[in-house]
Amino acid sequence: MSNYLKVDHVSKSFERGGVVTEVLKDISLSIDKGEFVSIIGHSGCGKSTLLNLIAGLTEVSDGGVLLENREVNGPGPERAMVFQNHSLLPWLTVYENVRLAVDKVFRSSRSRAERHDWIMQNLALVQMQHAKDKRPAEISGGMKQRVGLARALAMEPKILLLDEPFGALDALTRAHLQDSVMDIHARLGNTMVMITHDVDEAVLLSDRVVMMTNGPAAKIGDILEVNLARPRRRLELVAERSYVQYRELVLKFLYERHRFVEAA
Amino acid sequence: MTATARKIAMLPQTVEDPRKERVIAFTPRAKSSYRPLLQRLSSIGEKVLPPLIMTAVLLIIWQMAFGVEGSTLPSPLQVWADANDLIVNPFFDFGSQDIGLGWRVLTSLERVAIGFGFAAVAGILMGALVGQSVWAMRGLDPIFQVLRTIPPLAWLPISLAAFRDSNPSAIFVIFITSVWPVLINTAAGVRNIPQDYRNVAAVLRLNPIEYFFRIMVPAAAPYIFTGLRIGIGLSWLAIVAAEMLTGGVGIGFFIWDAWNSSRLSDIIVALFYIGFTGFALDRLVAALGQIITRGTAAS
Ligand SMILES: Nc1ncnc2c1ncn2[C@@H]1O[C@H](COP(=O)(O)OP(=O)(O)OP(=O)(O)O)[C@@H](O)[C@H]1O
Ligand SMILES: [Mg+2]
Repeated sequence: MSNYLKVDHVSKSFERGGVVTEVLKDISLSIDKGEFVSIIGHSGCGKSTLLNLIAGLTEVSDGGVLLENREVNGPGPERAMVFQNHSLLPWLTVYENVRLAVDKVFRSSRSRAERHDWIMQNLALVQMQHAKDKRPAEISGGMKQRVGLARALAMEPKILLLDEPFGALDALTRAHLQDSVMDIHARLGNTMVMITHDVDEAVLLSDRVVMMTNGPAAKIGDILEVNLARPRRRLELVAERSYVQYRELVLKFLYERHRFVEAA
Repeated sequence: MTATARKIAMLPQTVEDPRKERVIAFTPRAKSSYRPLLQRLSSIGEKVLPPLIMTAVLLIIWQMAFGVEGSTLPSPLQVWADANDLIVNPFFDFGSQDIGLGWRVLTSLERVAIGFGFAAVAGILMGALVGQSVWAMRGLDPIFQVLRTIPPLAWLPISLAAFRDSNPSAIFVIFITSVWPVLINTAAGVRNIPQDYRNVAAVLRLNPIEYFFRIMVPAAAPYIFTGLRIGIGLSWLAIVAAEMLTGGVGIGFFIWDAWNSSRLSDIIVALFYIGFTGFALDRLVAALGQIITRGTAAS
């Protein structure tokens, strides 16, 4: 295994008012270039924290995160993030939201016309060119998430981080966007790390599913390799035996071995 | 059991309903050509008529109260008789101190524009700095809260001593009165910028200047405009007070001058000018805020 992205013995604890809570303990994970990895686990176990550590938005307490053998010590556009609640800037139009990212990343390397083409190309990738002059308040939740995806893709990140990108969407829209992401992954070959609550989503999209134990001091409980041929089509997979088995493995992990301890 | 029974009982009604609705729906469509116009007229009437009626009533009460011989204040008719030149023509100009109240208001507005302009810029910049840091906020906020309660006139002697000239003193008084609400509100707005926007800025590696213009100002705009609106109101309060003491051509000095020569009617006219101008300023800033914060407020 190559070490494109390497999470190396990372621990993270938060301190508040003298009370230290250890959220993540000794997490190690290597991700290949072009790989699609999902992280699944119960609510509050520290998935977002792990993703924020990779993004550089929070600092590790112990260990290190390496991208192409260089240590990550701050956020940057080469690790673009698609946030759970889209995080589009409401005072900018769809086009301007993407442009903010494109102008910042490619100001010196591309001409104005090239940047415009690049913005439109990325909006086209998520089928949002038609709404380019709308503000976020005027488009649906699924559309906002698409624009968030376009903004992240437009940074040409080395690695794309998605924090429950479709968590707030209805099932139909979610399925549609999952297809979009699979399609984009197949076409561009990005490295993607996605957090999800959804077992089907994890198995459908991923090359590997990282299953986390419950917090506090959450660890990686198990890693499942999903050897399903791509392109994957959801309707065909539902009937396929190996898909059903993969689903079962994840479900068993979540609901038998690491049952969520409710309000202990 | 009861629920199903009720449903069945209601069934014939629900079948009838759409027909009824359709009949009702047709009638307004036929009249629609002149209906909106009428409605609009009546809605304008609803807004304009009550204030007009109330004004008339108040004027009548005023006239009855002070229209008698030997009353201490002039009645409305008296004011009209004494000062109709000031009311009818705001922009006459017959030499140095004999000018229309419109000119005086404009002079005062110029001072307000300068003082409040500085206050807005300084308030927003300092508010942005203070709002960024928890410690600055903790340390400075109580100080600002105390300073903001000092009345405009209380600053005037110090300001006169420092500037040794009336015009800059008046402008400074306006500045120091109106800067606090802008500063405090901007700081609150900056503190309330959602973590999401900060994360976006961090991932994009926006530098401080880009962050200020692209994230901070638009995100805090509703707060900033609240501060600006309070600030412009205070400026207008301060200018009248400051001009009464520093002299010059402004509307505040006009009142002081009229008092010294016992022209009570002129003072009353000037009060109306001040009131309407203050109202217009408030509405102007509010409208500006509404246009500019449209995007932010929508989310
Ligand atoms: N800034 C912080 N300060 C203190 N504690 C924090 C902080 N951020 C997260 N935590 C704690 O860390 C734990 C993990 O949080 P995290 O947001 O990573 O969970 P998650 O797995 O993403 O949950 P969810 O699925 O609900 O999004 C939680 O118990 C939370 O209270
Ligand atoms: Mg989370």
